[in-house]
Amino acid sequence: MKKMENKEGKQEYWRWLEYRSVMPGKNWQNAEIITAGVDVGSVGSKAVIMADGEMYSWSVMRTGSNSSDSAKKVLGWAMEDTGMTLKDLNYIVGTGYGRVNVPMANRAITEIACHAKGANYIWGPTVRTVLDVGGQDVKAIRCDETGKVVSFLMNDKCAAGTGRGMEVIADLLKIPIEDVGKVSLSVTEEPKPVSSTCVVFAKTEAVGLLRKGWSKEQVLAAYMRAMAIRMSELIEKVGCERDFVITGGQSKNIGIVSRVENILGIKRLPVPNLEQTGRDPVSAGAMGAALYAKALYEKSLKR
Amino acid sequence: MISAGIDMGTQRVKVAILKDKQIIAQSQQFSGFEPTKAAEQALEEALKKANLSREDIQHVTATGAGVNMAPSADSTVSMMGADARAGAYFFSSARTVIDVGAEDARAVKCDERGVMVDFVVNARCAAGAGTFIEAMARALEVELEDMGSLSLKAERASPINASCVIFAESDVVSLIHREEPKTEIARAIFDAMAERVASMVLRLGINQDIVLVGGVAKDSGFVASLKRRLGTEILIPEEPIFAGAVGAALIAAKRAARRQ
Repeated sequence: MKKMENKEGKQEYWRWLEYRSVMPGKNWQNAEIITAGVDVGSVGSKAVIMADGEMYSWSVMRTGSNSSDSAKKVLGWAMEDTGMTLKDLNYIVGTGYGRVNVPMANRAITEIACHAKGANYIWGPTVRTVLDVGGQDVKAIRCDETGKVVSFLMNDKCAAGTGRGMEVIADLLKIPIEDVGKVSLSVTEEPKPVSSTCVVFAKTEAVGLLRKGWSKEQVLAAYMRAMAIRMSELIEKVGCERDFVITGGQSKNIGIVSRVENILGIKRLPVPNLEQTGRDPVSAGAMGAALYAKALYEKSLKR
Repeated sequence: MISAGIDMGTQRVKVAILKDKQIIAQSQQFSGFEPTKAAEQALEEALKKANLSREDIQHVTATGAGVNMAPSADSTVSMMGADARAGAYFFSSARTVIDVGAEDARAVKCDERGVMVDFVVNARCAAGAGTFIEAMARALEVELEDMGSLSLKAERASPINASCVIFAESDVVSLIHREEPKTEIARAIFDAMAERVASMVLRLGINQDIVLVGGVAKDSGFVASLKRRLGTEILIPEEPIFAGAVGAALIAAKRAARRQ
C-alpha cells in the first residue's frame, strides 16, 4: 500500500487512493454516441465516460474546495491519454452535491436518480433497494426494474454515520482508510456501538474509549456498528426489498457492509468483476448520469 | 466554611473555591488527554491563589461531563443541578439557566432557591455547542475570538445548511468561493446555533429572568443572536465559564454544613 503523506511528511491515514481506468480493447472513435457523467460529491468526485451506453473510462478523485475545478479535473483525468477531448463528448450530465457547479454539463440531475440508474446498470433490473453511502450523506433508495426512483430517504439534517466520520476515526486510530473494514472485523466479540455517530464528537468518544483501555479494533468496531445501525434504520424506514445493493465510497468498506447485512438479515448482491466490466459501485452516480446523458442526447436528435 | 467545586468539562476543567459562599479563587486548565491531572493542577493553582492548602477545604463537589474522572471529590452533582444553583447565586431573579459549553448545551428551569425543576439537554449534536463556532472559524480562516465582532457587522445572514457542523463546513467553503462576505457567514453560524439553543429553552417555556453561562456566553455574536431569537434580555455573570464550578462549590458548602 502506498503511504499517503502531506507536505510536512505526516502520514494521512484518512486519505484514500484516487484511481482511474480505461476499459481495455475499446475504441471510442468507433462509437456513435459518447456521453459523460460527472458526480461531484462532497468528498469524492467521479467521472464516467460511456461509448454507446457502455463503460469506456472512469476516474475517482478527491473533491477540492472549488466544485467546478474538481469537475473539470476529474473529467479531464477520465479522458487522459485516450485522445478524447471535451468536444468529442455529445452530452454531459452533472450530478452530486456540487452538480450545479459542473460548468461543462448540458444538464444537472439529482444524485438520487443517478444512483438508482447506475445501480440498475451495474447489477441489472432485479435491484429494488440501493443504499448509497457517500462522504457526507447516506441515502436509501427504492427503485423499479428500469432504475427509476420509487421513493427515497436521506440524512439531510446530520452527517452522522457517513464516510467523513470514518476518515476522522481512521486518522485518530492511525489505520489506513483502506484497511479499517478488515481491522474492525478482527475483534473476537462485537462491542456495544458508540452512543453518538456525530462526526464532530467521534473523536471525543473514541478517545474516551481508548483511555478506558479499549483496543483500536474494538473502538473501530463500535463506531462502525453505530454507523451500520443508522444506515439500517434508514433502509428499514424506506422498506427493504430484494435485490439489495450498496453504492458509494463505503461500499468498499467490508466492516460496514457486513454489519449492515447482519442487522438487516439480507445480503447485498456481490460487486461485479471490476476489470472485466468496469462497473465500480463507487461511480454508480456518475454511471447513471452518463446513461441519462445518452437518453437526453438521443431525445434531442429526434426533435 | 471553605468549599470547592470542580467542573470536569470536555474541553476545560474549572475549579472554584468559596469561603462563606464568596468566591475567593478560580482556575482553569485544558482537559487534554489526562483530565484528572488537569483537574489536580487547576485545584492546586486555585488553592495557591487563595493561599490555602487542601486540608482547609471542608468539602469538594465535582460535576461536568467527565465527573467520574474528578480527583479528590467528596461528592458529585449533576451539571443541571450545578447550573441551577449558580444561576440563582449570580442573579436571584434567575428562573432559566442556559449553559452552552464546548460539546454540550443545557437549559435548566429553576425555582427561587436555585433548585432545578426541569431541564432539556443536547449532548448528541455538535451544531448546538461551542465546537460549532470553532469549526466554522477554522473554515472561515478567522480567529475564534473575532467571530463575534465579525457577525455583529452583518445586516443579514448567508443561507447555509446549519443543521449540522459538517454540512455547514461544506457550505462555508463554497460560500467563500462565491466571495460571500465573512460577516454574513459568521452571522448565519450564530443564528443557527441560537436557533438550536432556543429550541431547548422554548421546550421549557420562557421563564424570566434568563441567565446564560458556560464558555460560549462570552461570545458577543452568539449572545446577540440568542437575544434576537428569544426576544428577551439575557443576564450573564462576569465569568460565565466558572458557573458550573461555582454551583458545585455552593452545593459542597451546603453538604458540609449538613454534616457538621
